[in-house]
Amino acid sequence: MPHESAMSAGGLRDAANAVPPRGGAAASARPGGDHALAILDVSRTFAGMRGSAPTQALLPTSLAVADNDFITILGPSGCGKSTLLRIVAGLDVPTTGEVRLDGRPVRGPGADRGMVFQSYTLFPWLTVEENICFGLREKGIARARQAQIAAHYVATVGLAGFERHYPKMLSGGMQQRTAIARALANEPRILLLDEPFGALDNQTRALMQELLLAIWERERKTVLFVTHDIEEAIFMANRVVVMTARPGRIKAEVAVPFPHPRHYTVKTSPAFSDLKARLTEEIRVEALKSA
Amino acid sequence: MTPLAPVSAACKVTLGLAFFVLFVAAWSVVTYGGLVPKTFLADPLTMLHEGYQLFAQFGFAKDVGITVFRVLGGFAIAALIGVPLGIAMGAYKPIEAFFEPFVSFARYLPASAFIPLLILWAGIGETQKLLVIFIGAFFQIVLMVAVTVGATRRDLVEAAYTLGANANGIVRRVLLPSAAPAIAEALRLVLGWAWTYVIVAELIGASSGIGHMITDSQALLNTGQIIFGIILIGIIGLVSDFAFKYGNRALFPWHAA
Repeated sequence: MPHESAMSAGGLRDAANAVPPRGGAAASARPGGDHALAILDVSRTFAGMRGSAPTQALLPTSLAVADNDFITILGPSGCGKSTLLRIVAGLDVPTTGEVRLDGRPVRGPGADRGMVFQSYTLFPWLTVEENICFGLREKGIARARQAQIAAHYVATVGLAGFERHYPKMLSGGMQQRTAIARALANEPRILLLDEPFGALDNQTRALMQELLLAIWERERKTVLFVTHDIEEAIFMANRVVVMTARPGRIKAEVAVPFPHPRHYTVKTSPAFSDLKARLTEEIRVEALKSA
Repeated sequence: MTPLAPVSAACKVTLGLAFFVLFVAAWSVVTYGGLVPKTFLADPLTMLHEGYQLFAQFGFAKDVGITVFRVLGGFAIAALIGVPLGIAMGAYKPIEAFFEPFVSFARYLPASAFIPLLILWAGIGETQKLLVIFIGAFFQIVLMVAVTVGATRRDLVEAAYTLGANANGIVRRVLLPSAAPAIAEALRLVLGWAWTYVIVAELIGASSGIGHMITDSQALLNTGQIIFGIILIGIIGLVSDFAFKYGNRALFPWHAA
């Protein structure tokens, strides 16, 4: 799909005040029916332990994700954003409401929703290549084809030469790159990421953001990305969804106007700072409530 | 000494051997020094000589062979049934709920106390010996495997689900490989225990085996032979332990040492 070509740093400032970009515009313009993913009044209440009151982690929440959208869900710790993502993945069950993927209700986890976790979840007994092939093997795809696909995604995440390495031989950043490749190799309808770079140091985190963004710009996946890092939320997304403190609900949706491909220098532009200041204020109020 | 500070490989071997040397030295002092009468404790050289006699004149190799066969046979049968049952229990909670209370109870039944019953049921042949080992090893294996499989990292299971795995895929391609090194380690431990059961089984109602030799030697007041038998069991155990450790390292190269 064609998209705006690279802009100069000066152009970025103008873009910040211009109309929302394609992704955000598409999401709000299109009628409800043809969203890739629809979260409809999903709430989650956890049963109380030993007679204590049940905990409401998530108030009824609705969100529509359009094709090729990159949405970040931003919220303070414990706001239910991970719970929401796990419900989309089918790893948790909503107390009320439902999630629809291409109109079909989600009934459990499946290969159509790829997930990257914050913890390192590579299978330690499999090499990088075998990890990437895991979903393909479950699907029963021929060995030769598996190898082709794996080679492609190894190159995509820049791990050529490490195919035969076991996870314990890799750095945290390399493990998460493999986890992204493993999720992408399955060609999921939507990619879910739960604070995937949360355990990485700042420099690695910044590089990983650029890598994932570059992949998105090239392959135009539909992405739902949970984070508590404001800068990360803005840099990655077409749309930032801000959540309140527990019990979580969506507080604001903010379109991010920076065009693609995005260069990391956009983080230092005034428009970016303005947006960051605004979101910082939104989040600060919530963090104060839960701290 | 600093807590938890590592030692060099050479230093480690030297220290390990040093204790053996001290042990034999202390043994020599009490025997050659006449502190303990020969009737109660043979000296090291007599022990070695008696051991040589056992092999040279009394066909002791056959006894060693039959004892090894009993241990490995009973252990193999216990593992062949116990490992799959343990995996099923660890993977599926209803199966665990069904078997676990009984297995936990049976685990505390002393295998050696079954020997009189087993002699009554199975005679004093090989079946009885294998059954003693089986009872001693089986319940331990089942429980240890079930716990290991049940403790599989949940995030790995969840990751596999999001990659499209079904229940069968989870068991075969996540729970099994994830638990495999710990299962092998459990088997290594249980094999060590099986060695104590076999000797007990051979002390009562046996006509061959290392344990049988030990009872015979007791009647003859031959402490050299008894000690030789005990030390030989220790050496065989040590060798099988090394083999297991080496095998595990070769089988599971991905596993942190």
